[in-house]
Amino acid sequence: MSLGTPRSLASSGQKNIQDIRHPLCAAEESASSRSADALIHPGSGAATGGGGGEKDLSLPNGTPVETSSPASSSSLLNRLQLDDDLDGETRDLFVTVDDPKKHVSTMETYITYRVCTKTTRTEFDLPEYSVRRRYQDFDWLRNKLEESQPTHLIPPLPEKFVMKGVVDRFSEEFVDTRRKALDKFLKRVADHPVLSFNEHFNAFLLAKDLNKRQGLALLTKMGESVKYVTGGYKLRGRPIEFAAMGDYLDMFTQKLGTIDRIAQRIIKEQSEFLMELREYGPVYSSWSSFEEELHDPLEGVSGCVSNCSSALDELTEDMSEEFLPVLREYVLYIESMKTVLKKRDQVQAEYETKLEAVVFREDKKTPVPTDVEKCQDRVECFNADLKADWDRWQNNKRQDFRQLLTGMADKNIQYYEKCLAAWESLIPSLQDKQEARDETN
Amino acid sequence: MADSGSEEIAVIGNTDLTPSESENNLKNTMVEKGTNLLKRMEINVAEAEKRTGKNAVNMQETYTVYLIETRPVDAASEGTNPVPDSLWRRYSEFELLRNYLLVAYPFVVVPPLPEKRAEFVWHKLTADNMDPDFVERRRVGLENFLLRVASHQVLSNDKIFYSFLTEENGWKETVFETGFQAKADSRLKALNATFRVKNPDKRFADMKHYGDELQSVISQLLRVRARAADRLYGVYKVHGNYGRVFSEWSAIEKEMGDGLQSAGHHMDAYAASVDDILEEEEHYADQLKEYLFYADAVRAVCRKHELTQFELEMAAQDLTSKKQQREELATGTVRTFSLKGMTSKLFGQETPEQREAKLKMLETQIEEGEELVKERNTECDEYVKSAWVDIERFKEQKDHDLREALISYAIMQISMCKKGIQVWNNAKECFSKM
Repeated sequence: MSLGTPRSLASSGQKNIQDIRHPLCAAEESASSRSADALIHPGSGAATGGGGGEKDLSLPNGTPVETSSPASSSSLLNRLQLDDDLDGETRDLFVTVDDPKKHVSTMETYITYRVCTKTTRTEFDLPEYSVRRRYQDFDWLRNKLEESQPTHLIPPLPEKFVMKGVVDRFSEEFVDTRRKALDKFLKRVADHPVLSFNEHFNAFLLAKDLNKRQGLALLTKMGESVKYVTGGYKLRGRPIEFAAMGDYLDMFTQKLGTIDRIAQRIIKEQSEFLMELREYGPVYSSWSSFEEELHDPLEGVSGCVSNCSSALDELTEDMSEEFLPVLREYVLYIESMKTVLKKRDQVQAEYETKLEAVVFREDKKTPVPTDVEKCQDRVECFNADLKADWDRWQNNKRQDFRQLLTGMADKNIQYYEKCLAAWESLIPSLQDKQEARDETN
Repeated sequence: MADSGSEEIAVIGNTDLTPSESENNLKNTMVEKGTNLLKRMEINVAEAEKRTGKNAVNMQETYTVYLIETRPVDAASEGTNPVPDSLWRRYSEFELLRNYLLVAYPFVVVPPLPEKRAEFVWHKLTADNMDPDFVERRRVGLENFLLRVASHQVLSNDKIFYSFLTEENGWKETVFETGFQAKADSRLKALNATFRVKNPDKRFADMKHYGDELQSVISQLLRVRARAADRLYGVYKVHGNYGRVFSEWSAIEKEMGDGLQSAGHHMDAYAASVDDILEEEEHYADQLKEYLFYADAVRAVCRKHELTQFELEMAAQDLTSKKQQREELATGTVRTFSLKGMTSKLFGQETPEQREAKLKMLETQIEEGEELVKERNTECDEYVKSAWVDIERFKEQKDHDLREALISYAIMQISMCKKGIQVWNNAKECFSKM
């Protein structure tokens, strides 16, 4: 809590944050586009086969990689409904990541992804772009964004380092999980009212070759390039709302961890159940081999159990590949948010310290008052940016989890529906024979 | 209550039915409601109770007794609905009854009792005989046993069975008076003995083989099913953890809170639903177990055939060798090597009187032997006839019952799937309101 100079800090934190209008804050933006893009704009990457004109060096197992996750009719509806939340705001920049391809050179082997952009913005010369990027390039982009937009929450990237020998970096599963995360990353940047106009982002989307050296002229929208030094400034008192954010993030992380563990446990139990089912079904088959009248019914049951096994296998796989990664990526997102909160704390601390120096000391070491004003500006802008990003993040989180959990429910429903169909189709064949027999009696 | 049926037909220990009599009894092949005792009498095992008392070695023990209620069918249909007659029996008495029936009617595939101890249990299910769920399932199994016996053309007419249902006191003594215990011991010995039969009836050999295979496959099925039940239990119960974490999470959320909270309740409901599901499946397991034990009964009937066949073959073999001896003695030629022959060669021939005496003895023995062979032959034939009829009856019953069991199993699965769909739909609705 601020002790020494409450009045001086008034403008930085106690004012109702809603009243501070972010210069570039658009009207209520709550969109989470993500794969809704793929559905609304079929051209932007859904179900493409061979990709660009390059010869296909397809993935190890030789199959063309599926670029967008198949949507069941119910989850399709969910995504379309989410778009109704847009509140009339028109998006003018759509980005997708698809078509992973393996590149083998003498030095290294790596995967590139196609990044497709569709836009009506005038900053862009063309309405459509398509470039190939590898993970390194995404990493570069993120670093640049963090550097140039330090007051904003930059969405996270999937984990950079993968333990070789433990995870196969080129397996279809790993590549697809990463692709989805990269796609989400770009979509979040594209949806951000400030980040989407960042010149590095621009370059990332368009440039044939990313010149990753500092060749580009830096023209930041914020004015001068601001460098934030995280040098031991001690924070007096964090405004309540930012403290609350921190608390929330801590508790949320904890809950996510629990959910992750539960999901993993369920997958494990289901896998073990599946193992038993795989032994259970065939026993009916071997029984049928020495029965006459009962041969067909027993075979039928064996077949049913087998169908249920396949359905369960799919459910477990889906949960592993789609549910868990998204959950884990949110933990990264939370980490990013915490980092921004810390930076904000630092900026405030710097301001407080400098202000203190001015107020309490009248010697040569005192900084120029304008310096203090700049600090105050920084604090206010940061707080405003952060607040706006926080709201956006909360909204996105809500939609993301709604979608994630609804998806989980859907997968379970589909599993049960498949099993139900299998068993229901068995009943008439079991009972028909019964009636036929009764008739001949 | 005692009336016409019981006096006329086969009673205690009488396996000497003439072929025509057996055929008469076994005309009807479908056994459900059509036959004898069950036509006249309603039987059910209504309750179970705990008792304590002193056992044979004067020690305190706790055991369960079951209430058997019987009521004449006619009375019930007249609408008067009189109070049923009833008596209490414990499991060991059922066992005694069954052991008696096994000895008295070796050509019948005698219905099995529910298991003595819980086997093929999965972890939640207890192996405790006093557990109320176990007792309840046993009650159902005992009732099923009685109904099966009461609907069997041959077994239902047995006096001992009848008095089991109607006379509480002194029944045990009556059973022991039949002297079946001695036969029971020799029966067991014979069943476990190893002997080689030269010409078994192929149908019985095949049926025995079938019984072995059935026993093996059902055992395996029950084992795997129990393990699968364990796993399924785990899957459902872990979902209960979602209930708790969603509840905790909803506390730190604003708009998402309600949706999460209610979804959590549905996850709890989902976790709880597995108890009923698995209880129902135990019923299916019990149906399979009955036929697991039936396989044993089938095997016993086939073994009995082997035994009678073997005894016939032994008698025939004995007769043949006696005849051979007579021939040798009569003609003086020794066709086969025998110690007697050697010793007589070494130590001199017998006197004519001795030979005469021997011949006479052999003749008598041969006569007796021929009678025996004839007897055993008849025995064998009759046994084959009546046993095969019962085996055919059993086969039809098995096909019918197991088909029914599979149908009800499929229905159970369908119900489980529908419940699952409903719960997840409910949860999905809550999620969509987040």
